[in-house]
Amino acid sequence: MSKTVISVRNLTKRFGNFTAVNNISFDVYRGEIFGFLGANGAGKTTAMRMLCGLSYPTSGSGTVAGFDITREGEMIKRHIGYMSQRFSLYNDLTVGENIKLFAAIYGLSKQNTGKRTDELLDRLNFSSERNTLVGSLPLGWKQKLAFAIATVHRPEVVFLDEPTSGVDPITRRQFWEMIYEAAEGGTTIFVTTHYMDEAEYCSRVSIMVDGEVRALDTPARLQQQFAAESMNEVFRTLARDAERGE
Amino acid sequence: MLIVMLIPVILMVMFGFAISTEVNNINIAVVAPERTGAVKDVVGRIAHNDYFTFYGYIDQDQIDKKLRSGKVSVVAVFASNFDRRMEQISAGLPSKPVIQFIVDASNVNTASASIAYLQSILPGTASQQAMFETRMLFNPQMKSAYNFVPGIMGLIFILVCAIMTSVSIVREKEVGTMEVLLVSPVRPVKIVFAKMIPYFVISCVILVMILLLAHYLLDVPMSGGVWGIFSLSLLYLFLSLSLGLLISTVTKTQVAALLISAMVMLVPVLLLSGIIFPIENFPKFFELLSNIIPARWYIAAIRKMMIQGAALAAVWKEGTVLLGMTAVFIGVSLKKFNDKLE
Repeated sequence: MSKTVISVRNLTKRFGNFTAVNNISFDVYRGEIFGFLGANGAGKTTAMRMLCGLSYPTSGSGTVAGFDITREGEMIKRHIGYMSQRFSLYNDLTVGENIKLFAAIYGLSKQNTGKRTDELLDRLNFSSERNTLVGSLPLGWKQKLAFAIATVHRPEVVFLDEPTSGVDPITRRQFWEMIYEAAEGGTTIFVTTHYMDEAEYCSRVSIMVDGEVRALDTPARLQQQFAAESMNEVFRTLARDAERGE
Repeated sequence: MLIVMLIPVILMVMFGFAISTEVNNINIAVVAPERTGAVKDVVGRIAHNDYFTFYGYIDQDQIDKKLRSGKVSVVAVFASNFDRRMEQISAGLPSKPVIQFIVDASNVNTASASIAYLQSILPGTASQQAMFETRMLFNPQMKSAYNFVPGIMGLIFILVCAIMTSVSIVREKEVGTMEVLLVSPVRPVKIVFAKMIPYFVISCVILVMILLLAHYLLDVPMSGGVWGIFSLSLLYLFLSLSLGLLISTVTKTQVAALLISAMVMLVPVLLLSGIIFPIENFPKFFELLSNIIPARWYIAAIRKMMIQGAALAAVWKEGTVLLGMTAVFIGVSLKKFNDKLE
């Protein structure tokens, strides 16, 4: 078995009477693409926020990149990358400036920043766009750039919160190629998504319903287990029992 | 929604009843070497007038202190031999003035209104009008610039610091970059202070500009010392920034931040801080309300320092209030900011 990068035990988060995340446990291994699925309101975002050190669990424990999520949130932040659902680079800065800004935020030295910038731009075939304002790029390019920037400091884990919502199928395809490439390089990918076809690209998938992890396995085995033709069907079967509305 | 309904009502009430450019509750002190019947008669007339509040008898050497500290706005100085001279005047004999009114003219409105009232209160004929003279202190030429410069300062800094800061922080939230910054190793407090710095710098530049313009173009004296004015202004800038931070923690969109700033800050600051309408005239309720407006304290202190020549030490009360408010704003907003992460 390969190295565990994320490990969660009995993680629970309550807001008053409402239990957003109820006693979830799972492990994510190095180099995996871990799909974190669930309907809106199932508790995905809350769970992910706890893993990123943005929110303290009510009870339970977990480690991310070897750091405790309750006590070492600041260390976790240094070792993870994060790309949010909403496009979140600075539109009024150029491609190069955005990379430089986030490299500085993550504490890369000047020398490394220069090297890393060339490397990322090269990989994206973006070298000609270095001085283009991010605001003027098409959405698909922006998303790719955002992913590249999330990995600027070579994090062990990258959290992607619905990275491809609103992106056209071709760009989505290209985007997933980038994800594969990063995973092959040893980066662990933790991704939430709405698209069930994307779920099939993942190494393993967990499905959250009503704050609990109801299923966790490879897409193929999940389909077998639920006697389903596709992940979409698996998801529907599980989500049917959901008590919480959208 | 509530705000939309409430604002017109508050405005109506404020403009209708509370706020008038009419001046009343003018504090007046009296210096009288002899308190004879005739003196008491004149003092009584003044004291019973609705526009004036009789502060009490004071000594000659207290005049400057009382005026400078803003405890009184007018001091009436009675000449010695008041009774005898009044008789001369009644008899139609020429006489030197027997009452001198020393008026704090740093607020031009109040000063000219006070003089007009005093003229109408004092007994009558033309020859008797000659019996008093007025002296304008602090602003002998009754320049209105003296009045509005502190007001403008109080307003501009709140605008630039509070509104701009809150909007710029909220914009990061709205666009989504705040989320990414929060997941980064940069501490939230650092992000917030980094957002504040540019507006702080801009405000400092504006402060220097205003002070230069006020002094060299408008001839505002700044007799209390530029450093005092400068340091109090820095405190006020800091207060405005923390207020902006507070607004940014309670709002999610730029529009909301702007609305809150405008409705909750701009309107009260304009109306209740003494920029336009003298606070002394407010009914008790609004006078109390004006106490929670930071600009009120700042403007009052700056007026004293710029025009009445008070030193920084003389405005310790305003300074303390501003300091306290800043502490509260910073405390609450940092707490709120951290809660949000939670």
